[in-house]
Amino acid sequence: MSLSRHVDPEEIIHHLKDIKLQEKGSGSQRQNHLTPYNSSYASQEDIPKYKIPENGTPGDTVYAMLRDELDLDGRPNLNMASFVNTYIEKDAQKLFVENLGKNLSDNDEYPAMISFSDRCVSILAHLWGVQKGEKAIGTATVGSSEAVHLGGLAMKRRWQEKRRAEGKDAYKPNIIMGANAQVALEKFARYFDVEARILPVSAQSNYCLDPALVKENLDENTIGVFVILGSTYTGHYEPVEEIHKILDDFESQTGIDIPIHVDAASGGFVAPFTYAKTGGHKWNFELPRVKSINVSGHKYGLVTPGVGWIVWRDESFLPKHLIFELHYLGGTEYSYTLNFSRPGAQVIVQYYNLIHLGFQGYRAVVENCLSNARLLSKALEATGWYTCVSDIHRPPQKQAGSVKSGSSGYDGENDQSCCSESQNDDQKAESEESKTHASSSSLSSSKDTPETDRNREETSADYTPGLPVVSFRFTDEFQQEYPHVKQETVSLLMRARQWIIPNYALPPNEDQTEILRVVIRESFSFDLIDRLVTDLVSVTETLMENDEVDLSLLQQHQGGRRRPLTKDEKRIEKEEREREERKGEERGEEKGKRMGEGIHRSVC
Amino acid sequence: MVHLTIIPKEDEIRDGLDIPLTGALKAVHLQLANDEDRFTTSVYGSKFAAADLPRHEMPDEEMPKEVAYRMIKDELSLDGNPLLNLASFVTTYMEEEAEKLMTESLPKNFIDYEEYPQTADIQNRCVSMIGRLFNAPVKDAEASSAVGTSSVGSSEAIMLGVLAMKKRWKNKRIAEGKPADKPNLIMSSAVQVCWEKATRYFEVEEKFVYCTPDRYVIDPKETVDLVDENTIGICCILGTTYTGEYEDVKAVNDLLVERGLDTPIHVDAASGGFVAPFVVPDLEWDFRLKNVVSINVSGHKYGLVYPGVGWVVWRSAEYLPQELVFNINYLGADQASFTLNFSKGASQVIGQYYQLIRLGKHGYRAIMSNLTRTADYLAESLAALGFIIMSQKSGQGLPLVAFRLKEDPDRTYDEFALAHQLRVRGWIVPAYTMAPKTEGLKMLRIVVREDFSRNRCDGLISDIRSCQGILEQMDKETVKKQQEFIHKHHVVSGKASHNHPKYHKEKHSLQGKTGKTHSIC
Repeated sequence: MSLSRHVDPEEIIHHLKDIKLQEKGSGSQRQNHLTPYNSSYASQEDIPKYKIPENGTPGDTVYAMLRDELDLDGRPNLNMASFVNTYIEKDAQKLFVENLGKNLSDNDEYPAMISFSDRCVSILAHLWGVQKGEKAIGTATVGSSEAVHLGGLAMKRRWQEKRRAEGKDAYKPNIIMGANAQVALEKFARYFDVEARILPVSAQSNYCLDPALVKENLDENTIGVFVILGSTYTGHYEPVEEIHKILDDFESQTGIDIPIHVDAASGGFVAPFTYAKTGGHKWNFELPRVKSINVSGHKYGLVTPGVGWIVWRDESFLPKHLIFELHYLGGTEYSYTLNFSRPGAQVIVQYYNLIHLGFQGYRAVVENCLSNARLLSKALEATGWYTCVSDIHRPPQKQAGSVKSGSSGYDGENDQSCCSESQNDDQKAESEESKTHASSSSLSSSKDTPETDRNREETSADYTPGLPVVSFRFTDEFQQEYPHVKQETVSLLMRARQWIIPNYALPPNEDQTEILRVVIRESFSFDLIDRLVTDLVSVTETLMENDEVDLSLLQQHQGGRRRPLTKDEKRIEKEEREREERKGEERGEEKGKRMGEGIHRSVC
Repeated sequence: MVHLTIIPKEDEIRDGLDIPLTGALKAVHLQLANDEDRFTTSVYGSKFAAADLPRHEMPDEEMPKEVAYRMIKDELSLDGNPLLNLASFVTTYMEEEAEKLMTESLPKNFIDYEEYPQTADIQNRCVSMIGRLFNAPVKDAEASSAVGTSSVGSSEAIMLGVLAMKKRWKNKRIAEGKPADKPNLIMSSAVQVCWEKATRYFEVEEKFVYCTPDRYVIDPKETVDLVDENTIGICCILGTTYTGEYEDVKAVNDLLVERGLDTPIHVDAASGGFVAPFVVPDLEWDFRLKNVVSINVSGHKYGLVYPGVGWVVWRSAEYLPQELVFNINYLGADQASFTLNFSKGASQVIGQYYQLIRLGKHGYRAIMSNLTRTADYLAESLAALGFIIMSQKSGQGLPLVAFRLKEDPDRTYDEFALAHQLRVRGWIVPAYTMAPKTEGLKMLRIVVREDFSRNRCDGLISDIRSCQGILEQMDKETVKKQQEFIHKHHVVSGKASHNHPKYHKEKHSLQGKTGKTHSIC
């Protein structure tokens, strides 16, 4: 949420007074309330923005004013930038509205709702392979950020307790994560005073946490490793099992036991359901080092924003010192959360989804998403202008090399000519598939023509596992041929057609590469893919046809829709910019490398 | 409570019932319909109505949406009636138009500033309005402007406040070349549990100012005496959750000024922030006081919005160290954010703006005045029934009534027994043990919310009277038995299955150490 500043309204109001036709209150509108629009706010008075108004306004008027103003917000479904789910079924919505006023922290008042929360935790733990004999424990959170903080804090406290028991100092904890980590992971480190060891990514590591670097950064002060199941940049799963092995080796050499927290914000509801799983590698509680896993209910859990989950494999991994016990009318409550009072309707919808969809229902949804994502990837590559950095449309790598070499995937395909048709591409995919068909399921056996290739016969198991994310960029040929065309402009022009497709640099050290990213969600069906591809092609064609001078105009327009700044804001902004620059100069830092300062590029 | 859940092991899972009943049923030859597959009759004719809902593992197959809806709705009917819950400050009523707006905004992700710019703008307006309501300095052109943000609730807001105070103190200490490893925070022992959480999780030592049997708020002098070089700040509560009294922020501030200390004060106005400015506008507790650097308030209490929104405002950007603020670069715009949560629903913020402009100062004042009147009336009636009133009247505190029974050696029942007895009538009136060092003082608390009208107040008073009548006729033994029975069969937490042996009877919190019970908020 954005930090906001008090805006000095004097100036604006002064300006409004100049253009006002009539003194306010001189008409009879206040009394005559025929329609919601029949109030003085309709034409003569500005809607209160900075100060609470002295007098109230009828509810239907306020409703109409706010609804109309909210029309300026984007359309949730065309927002390809976000993983956050935007559609829930009517019945789920009904449940949501009926329970809007329920407080999840009020255990005594809303026992039925609380028991749903318990059941969801239980269901998730089983879904993630909780082992026999272990007492798993978990809680609902507002989202994955809170869950990551709780998971990290538990690791920190366990480490502190262990160090103190050994009579060693516990002042310099550090935690390991890849540079592709979501902002919440770094926030945890900053807010809870843990040194963040953010490891650079590379094409070889699929722009994810690099196991080789993990090895170099381990020491006795490492409280744990954050492994991300489903990088938000390219949708690749980080190799949990491989990192697990490295930590095993480290322990056998040094005797230091380092746990893993899996941030499965998006992947926790994808990997278990897909036919592809995680490509034969383990990632969940089957691995003993994985002590906790978090997931966002509001991503592929198919709930609207406001719910996340965290599960620890056993209660012994949750230090007692962090838990607060609350007595209430003789009943007892255990609480380990950062938020207290909060809405519970999302939890109800989560339970609705779990039992309404069942395993098969969730599988159908994610398989559809993945199939659509593959379609989009192939269509994009078929243009010859774009190449995908994500891999879900490529056949899985052979088991021989444990880390797949990311570059070989797309560099080879850059040779394609500009005008190849999509059929061409299908055949290509087909042939590649038959080469590496070893691990596919029986469902995808009979394919004769390129057409049947699209006829639901294949599943995600025929392809590299990953999130339904398509990250793409201009091919090298395209960049050579049209050096003046900036990828950012594609994002800008798509926005003019209401699509939101962000363009940003990959995490360091790959930040010279920029990607456009499209997240395929449940509500983004075949038809919309079709529209999206058509629009992308026409936008790219427009760019190719125009020369540098024309396009330079567009560059000035960046930033999308913004309200004009008031004089005061402009002054503040300028001051801040200057201050920043001065600071930067003092420290002698180069601009652009701002990740360490907390500039994160991806939104999830 | 968003609480910890134990995942039952295989042998602990029974089919929904605690006592196996099936064995006791007689085997009668029944001719039952057996169209098991598809759902063609009403919801209750489907096979799902005859089976238990999945509890521990995800079902393999789908369930029709009508059935899932109805099953869940029916189960939720076991939840309490919010109107009769006098324990909680959290809003349970909003106008239909507000509900409609909130429903329409359900899929909006609040954090997605670029996609939902208008929602973000609406948040800014709310911050501005609330900041001004708290007299944030806006006149002074020289000082940098106040900043604020929305949160999920006061807990998050308080954690953000504590983090900011800690970081600012640390930066100062390090700049002075002094050690910065033993921060402490001064607060009343009547604080809400999230203050304890904040200090625990962010590793700050807690220094308590204890309440006494006749003082339920902090003592300004004692508070200021506790200040040392390692004090990151002082917490003052505008409306303690026990008795609703406002702590004397002005006295604390004046003492600090008198002694030349610049210790920052954070005012926890979770409940009082939307009451005091309307009922007692002359009370100085906010940014009018020099040392008050940050204030939090819950939108979902007297801000009159459904759960899920809180606010925190800092006097100026200076009190919010830059390294805590993260920027997210998104489509070319840097978005500054200071929050513990990331993605969350946008509805509540929109609901807050609706209420602010719908009601205006006039509307809020009208509602808060009514609540104050109802609370005064209730307090007087209870005093007439022979209770000792512990809360303040006439706007000197939150609109709640805290009371206890008169000392009487012949009395056979205590406050907890009365609370349990009222439960049978449907009312949730909680009983608490007061903050430590008040000699185990017990009390009952009734929160007067927007939807608690005079008529219902009369109903409650007569029920209290009749419950007392029942209890007076019982001897000690019967009272105890009765209380146990009610606890087991009427009170939900008595039946709770999620109580965890490992975390039971923790000793690290104020509650574990002193037996203070946390009041619900």
